Amino acid sequence: MTEIEHPKSSVVRFLPLAVFAAMALLFALLLTDDDRNPKQIKSALIGKTVPDISLPPLADNNPPLTSDDLKIGKPVILNFFASWCVPCRAEHESLMELAANEGVTVYGIAHKDKPEASRKFLAELGNPYAKIGVDRDGFKASIDFGISGVPETFIIDGNGKILYRHWGPIVDGHLENIILPKLREAK
Amino acid sequence: MIAELGHFSLITAFILSLVGATLPHQGIRTGQLAFIHLAGKTAIAAFILSLIAFLSLGYSYYISDFSVVNVATNSHTLKPLMYKLSGAWGNHEGSLLFQIMIMTLYNASIALFSKALPTPFRARVIAVQHLVIVGFMLFVLMTSNPFLRLDPGPLEGNGLNPLLQDPGLIFHPPMLYLGYIGLSVPFSFAIAALIDGHVTPLWARWVRPWALLSWIFLTIGITLGSWWAYYELGWGGWWFWDPTENASFMPWLAAAALLHSAIVVEKRGALKNWTILLAIVAFSFSLLGMFLVRSGVVVSVHSFASDPERGVFILAFLALIIGSTLSLYAWRAPSLKGGGLFATLSRESALVLNNILLSIYAAVVLIGTLYPMILEAVNGTQISVGPPFFNFATAVIMTPLILALGVGPMLAWKRGKGDRIKALIIPVLIIALLTAVVIFWITAGTSLMTGLGLMLAFYLMGSSLMEMADRVKLFKDPAKAGKRLWALPRAAKGMTLAHLGLGVILLAITVSEAWSEEKLLVMKPGDQTTVSGYTFTFTEARPIAGPNYTAVEGHFDVTKGGQPITKLVPEDRLYTSPFMNTTEAAIHPLFSGDLYAVIGESAGIDKNTGQQKFAMRLYFKPLISGIWFGVFLMVIGGFLSLTDRRLRLGTAAPKSAPHNSTATKRQETV
Repeated sequence: MTEIEHPKSSVVRFLPLAVFAAMALLFALLLTDDDRNPKQIKSALIGKTVPDISLPPLADNNPPLTSDDLKIGKPVILNFFASWCVPCRAEHESLMELAANEGVTVYGIAHKDKPEASRKFLAELGNPYAKIGVDRDGFKASIDFGISGVPETFIIDGNGKILYRHWGPIVDGHLENIILPKLREAK
Repeated sequence: MIAELGHFSLITAFILSLVGATLPHQGIRTGQLAFIHLAGKTAIAAFILSLIAFLSLGYSYYISDFSVVNVATNSHTLKPLMYKLSGAWGNHEGSLLFQIMIMTLYNASIALFSKALPTPFRARVIAVQHLVIVGFMLFVLMTSNPFLRLDPGPLEGNGLNPLLQDPGLIFHPPMLYLGYIGLSVPFSFAIAALIDGHVTPLWARWVRPWALLSWIFLTIGITLGSWWAYYELGWGGWWFWDPTENASFMPWLAAAALLHSAIVVEKRGALKNWTILLAIVAFSFSLLGMFLVRSGVVVSVHSFASDPERGVFILAFLALIIGSTLSLYAWRAPSLKGGGLFATLSRESALVLNNILLSIYAAVVLIGTLYPMILEAVNGTQISVGPPFFNFATAVIMTPLILALGVGPMLAWKRGKGDRIKALIIPVLIIALLTAVVIFWITAGTSLMTGLGLMLAFYLMGSSLMEMADRVKLFKDPAKAGKRLWALPRAAKGMTLAHLGLGVILLAITVSEAWSEEKLLVMKPGDQTTVSGYTFTFTEARPIAGPNYTAVEGHFDVTKGGQPITKLVPEDRLYTSPFMNTTEAAIHPLFSGDLYAVIGESAGIDKNTGQQKFAMRLYFKPLISGIWFGVFLMVIGGFLSLTDRRLRLGTAAPKSAPHNSTATKRQETV
C-alpha cells in the first residue's frame, strides 16, 4: 500500500515558490533591459571580417561594389536600402548627414529593388552613397550579411571587420547616440 | 457619455470588489454574518456593473465612436458589423475588460449556485476571487483604460488588420479567456482551503466542474486558433510551438491534470496537497500566458501591441499573486490532512501517474518556452528552441501517458485486479500492434515514430472502447448491453469519449505528418500536376476586387482517375487599409484527407505563351480532419461529464445513489 505523503520536508514545500521566484527574476531582467528588442536578431558577424561580395553597380559605367571597398584603412558604413521601404526613406536624412557633414564613407546596397526605382529614389532624396551595389533578388550580399529586412546598417572598421549592426532605421537620435560614437570608437 | 458610464461602472465595481475582498474575511473571523453575506452581494453587484462597463465599450464599437481612443485604434467604419463588435474584445484593453466581466460572472455564479457549500467557506472563496478581480481592475484602470477619450475624435478609425478579420478569430480569443479565467475559480477555492486549513471531498466536488469547464473552453479556444492558422496562414501547418501557443497549452495541461486529481480527492480523500498546488499552478500558467503575450518579452504573430510599462505592472501583479499564494502554500500545506491508502495497481496510482506525466509535460513546455529567454539574459545569445525539441519531448512523454491512459480506467479504486486488466488489455495491445505493423508493411516503412504513433493511437482507441464494452458486459450479456450503456452515468460516457478523442487526434496527427504530400511549384494556366493521386489542373488566374481588397484567384480543377472531385479557388489578397497581403487557402475536406491549395506571388511571365505564372503550393493532408473531430469528441465528452447527475445535483450524493444500472461499483468513476 502506498500513501501519498504530504511534503514533510520543507525543501519540497518551498520548491514551487523557488521556481517561481527564479522565473520572476528572469522576467524582471528582460523587462528592465532597455536596449532589448526581441524582434532584433543579433548578428553573428560582429567581430568577423566582411563576407566576400561583388555586386553590379547601380549606374552602368561605375565599377562593381566589392569587399575591397570595405577595407580602406578607415571605418565605413554599409547600408542596405530599397526604394519600396518606408523606414529607409525616414533614415535617409541621417545617411546624408553622415556623408556630407561627418565625412564618412557610406556604401549602399539596393536590396530587392529595381535599379530604375532605386535611381529614382536617390534622385528624389539625394545620394549619400560613395558606391552602390545592386542585389536585385536579395540572394547575394543580403544573405551573406544575414539581414532580416531593410534598412539595416553595418559599421565596418578599416580592415573590413564588422563592428556593429544597426537593425531598423537610423532615426530618433540613433545617429548622435549610437552611430557617431561607434564610428569615433572605430577610429 | 456611454463611455463615461462604462468607466464609472468599472470604478464602482472596483470599489465593491475591494469591499468584497476584505470584509468577508473579517466577518468570518468575528462571526459577523452581515460581513459574511457581503461577499455574495458584492459579487453579484460587481458582475452587473462590469457587464454594464463591457456593454458600454461594445456600444461604442457598435456606433463607431472614434472619440474613444480604443475604438479609433481598433475599428473602422468599413468593417462588417460582426468585426466591429468583436473589436471590443480583440485588443489589449477590451480583452481585459472582457476577462473582468467573465471573472465577475463566475464569481456571481459561485454566490448564486453554490448554496451547498458552507456559508463561511463560500464567502472565503468569493472574497479571494474578488481579490484577483481587484488586481485586474487596477491594471485596467491604471494602465489600460479602454474608455479614454480623444479630443477631437478622428473621422475614421485605424484598425482594419485584415488577417484578424476572420470568423475563427471572433471566437478564438474569448474561448481562451473563458478558459484562462475559469481557472481562477479553482485557484480561489484552493486559497480559501489553504486559509481554512482543510480540504474535503465536497471541496473537490465543487472544484472539478470549474476545472472541467475551463479545460473545455481552453480546448475549444486552442483548437479554433489552430484551425485558423491552418486555413489562414496558408502554411499547411496547424501548430507551431510558438510561445503564445505554448502559453495556452500549459494551462490546458495543468487543467487536465487538475480535473483528474480532483477525482482522487473527491473519491478517496488523497492527493489533497497536490491538487491544491495544481489549482494554483493552473491559474498561474494563465497569468504567465497573459504576461508573455502582453509584456513584449517574446515576439509572436499573436502578441498584442506590447508596452514595457504594462509588462512591469503584470510582472508585479504576477509576483504578488503567485508569490504570495505559493508562500501561503509552503506555509499551510503541511496542515492539510491527507488519507486514502491504495495499492500500486489501482485507479489512484494510474491517476497519480497521469498527473506526474502531465506535469512533466507542462514543465518541459515551460522550459522550452523560457529557455531562449534564459540564455538571452545570461549571455546575450539568441536561439530558438524549435519544433524538434517539443516534438521529441512530446513523443517521450506521451508514450507512457497513453499507455497508462489505456489501462487506468479499467483499474478499480484502492486495489486493481491484475488478471482482469490482462484479459482486457492484451487483446487490445495485440490488435493495435498488428494493425500498426500491417499499415507499416503496406506503406513500406516510413519512420519508426510513425509506427509507434499508429500503435499508440489504435491502442488508446481500442482500450477506451474495450473498457466501455466490459463495463456494459457486451461480451457476457450482449442482449442488455445497449440498455446498460444508456444507463451509464454521463461522467463515464464522457470519459470514454474524451479518451477516444485523444486517440483519434493522435491517429490524425501521425497519419497527416507521415503521409502528407506537398508540392511547391510555379504554374501557368493550363498546367497540371499530381499530388497523392489527385490531379490538380490550374485552369485560370482571375483578378477580383473585394470590398476593401483586391485579389488574384487561382482556379483549380481537381480530379482523381478522371473523375472530377472538386474545384479549388485559393486567393492571394492585397488589402489597402492598412497595406497587407494575406493568403486564403482553398481547402476541400474529403473523408481520406484535405485537398489544400495556396496561390502565391506572381512569378513572372511565361516566355512562350505570355501567360502569367504563379508560385503554387498544393497539399494533400490525409486524415487531418481527424484532429478537429477528435477535439469535438473531447469537448462533447467534457460536457457530458460536466452535466453528470452527481454534479447537477450539486450535493454530496450518498454512495448508493439511485442508479439502477447493473454497472455497479465502478459507476461513479470518471
